[in-house]
Amino acid sequence: MPRKKIDLPGQIDHLSILDEDGKLDESLDPGLPDELLIKLYEAMVLGREFDRRMLNLQRQGRIGTFPPITGQEAAHLGAAAVLQADDWMVPSFRETAAELWRGRSMESVLMAFNGFNEGFHVEEGRNDLPNSVPVGSQVLHAVGIAWAMKYRKEKRVAMAFFGDGATSQGDVHEAFNFAGVFQVPAIFVCQNNQWAISIPRSQQTRSKTIAQKALAYGIEGIQVDGNDILAVYAAAAEAAERARNGDGPTLIECVTYRLMMHTTADDPKRYRTEEEVESWQKKDPIHRFQSYLKEKGIIDEDGIADVEASVKDRIQEAVDTAEKQMAETPDPLHMFAHVYDTMPPHLEAQREQLAQWRNNTGEEE
Amino acid sequence: MTDDQKELRTLTYRDAIREAIHEAMQKDARVFLMGEDVGRYGGCFAVSKRLLEAFGPERIRDTPLSESGFVGAGIGAALGGMRPIVEIMTVNFSLLAAVQIINNAAVYLYMSGGQFNVPIVIRMATGGGRQLAAQHSRSLEGWYAHIPGIKVVSPATLEDARGMLWTALQDPDPVLIFENAGLYNMEGTLAGDAGAVDIDKAHVQRAGKDITIITYSANLYKSLEAAEILAKQGIDAEVIDLRTLRPLDDQTFLASVAKTHRALIVDEGWRSGSISAEISARIMEGAFYELDLPVERLCSVEAPMPYAKHMEDAVLPQVDKIVALVRKMVGANG
Repeated sequence: MPRKKIDLPGQIDHLSILDEDGKLDESLDPGLPDELLIKLYEAMVLGREFDRRMLNLQRQGRIGTFPPITGQEAAHLGAAAVLQADDWMVPSFRETAAELWRGRSMESVLMAFNGFNEGFHVEEGRNDLPNSVPVGSQVLHAVGIAWAMKYRKEKRVAMAFFGDGATSQGDVHEAFNFAGVFQVPAIFVCQNNQWAISIPRSQQTRSKTIAQKALAYGIEGIQVDGNDILAVYAAAAEAAERARNGDGPTLIECVTYRLMMHTTADDPKRYRTEEEVESWQKKDPIHRFQSYLKEKGIIDEDGIADVEASVKDRIQEAVDTAEKQMAETPDPLHMFAHVYDTMPPHLEAQREQLAQWRNNTGEEE
Repeated sequence: MTDDQKELRTLTYRDAIREAIHEAMQKDARVFLMGEDVGRYGGCFAVSKRLLEAFGPERIRDTPLSESGFVGAGIGAALGGMRPIVEIMTVNFSLLAAVQIINNAAVYLYMSGGQFNVPIVIRMATGGGRQLAAQHSRSLEGWYAHIPGIKVVSPATLEDARGMLWTALQDPDPVLIFENAGLYNMEGTLAGDAGAVDIDKAHVQRAGKDITIITYSANLYKSLEAAEILAKQGIDAEVIDLRTLRPLDDQTFLASVAKTHRALIVDEGWRSGSISAEISARIMEGAFYELDLPVERLCSVEAPMPYAKHMEDAVLPQVDKIVALVRKMVGANG
């Protein structure tokens, strides 16, 4: 009975297609059509500009706390872009560019981050779940959705998003394990942005990569340069094909960086250095993609200016519409409407009591 | 109706639940059962015995040992158009899935502005009295009944064991079904055509005029037994089975208290911050001037459940304690 090595599948790929300067590795070029490349570029710029605008609105007290996405546009948009309309996207809360890509309105984002449940309404035809806040718990929902699709023999996939911090949560591991055991068509997209509020990636896990956790669950895993939209897209497309073919789930670790604060209630200067932030600014996903597109000759300076101008117009329009909607403060009594499908008697009584109280204190219009 | 359907059959509480699952699976292809050991093993309490043979592993799903995992996946499946029945072995392990139940299933409808509901049914065994010690003997159904957004039901009778599941599956809200493990072997008769029952009304199980005993689940039988003993002593107790702990049907017990003017609550949960406290408060709010004397409560002793049999018996509500309390309340001598 000797002591010997067990033969395990022990390798994890790292995929990078566009380098920091936007130079393409032609052997890995996923060959996306020009129109799609331009669309992706516009969506990244929209995500970035919308973030900037929301930060201003937040600082002016016009919306509440929100989690900026700046720096992570490629890492989530590149993955969501491979989904079909009838696939499911299960977001966390820092995938705004991907949600807008899927058809979420900017008005809805603004309302959600200003405390209006209406902002979590998912538009008809968009097969997404609303944002999920309990960290990591939504990953299991994607597994359940994928399971349901497999049961119905549909060739659809469910894609879940979560951060590096979430990979320390039991629910995420339970999700990997379930998905592996039942070979469901799920894609797990980790936004490894290096920081879970103030806890650095190195203190989150002793593992060299997050992607390698896939090995332990017997599922496919890959690490990609999350600031390289072509790499993220290519890895996600491969995962989607695997899932649709019935060959099980994939974990994709997108190595990226949260250039801004965790949420607007956070000040990252308290726990990380300016040098670190600057080193990641050089790896900016939009900058390198723009260089690539210019090099490829499908956009020029005028085109870039046009995209920026049109994006800003769209954002302004959305802010105007959302603020108009939010000015009509909904009746607080509305809070009773969706606790249950049908309001039970004790809630009716509490609703009545609150209405009465508001009447007496003159708050009722 | 054929004679077959009318005929009473003898079966156990366990059989009644199994029949309910079987029927639901037959009627609706979206229904499936999942949990630990529900397939090959037939369920920790043998509720799902032979269902794997009948429906196959796609619909009777043995899962890895992770409560949050299968409850979370169940929520996802429900959001994705299925009607999952999730079995958690006992309420004690449901604590591992508390985030999924309380922080997800219970608030999904609310947080999505009425758009996404989670039509999941989660069944679990509850209760003590079987010498399983502190970590396996909890009665936390009252604790779950504190949470807005979920429904909490606790079938005591064969009719309810047979009939609540289908109604729960039709309900668009998440429903938790608590099955007291001491009831699984209980045998009784059920009509051949027994089927769905409501999950929003308490039932008067024994009519009486001297005192109202409000209870649910396994303590229903202790209360009924006590009522029979009391009847021989000339005390006529009304016994109410709550059936549903959230939303609570207070109209039924308030009407009863208005008639008897005395109320005793018998609850296996701990006393402080319990469903019994809520019932007591509602009686105070809704029937204060009907009361001849303060509401009394008989609950489990507020200590972790002991392992030793005689100590466990001492912790739980028992027939003799109910009898003694009622006698004291109605002012009976001796």
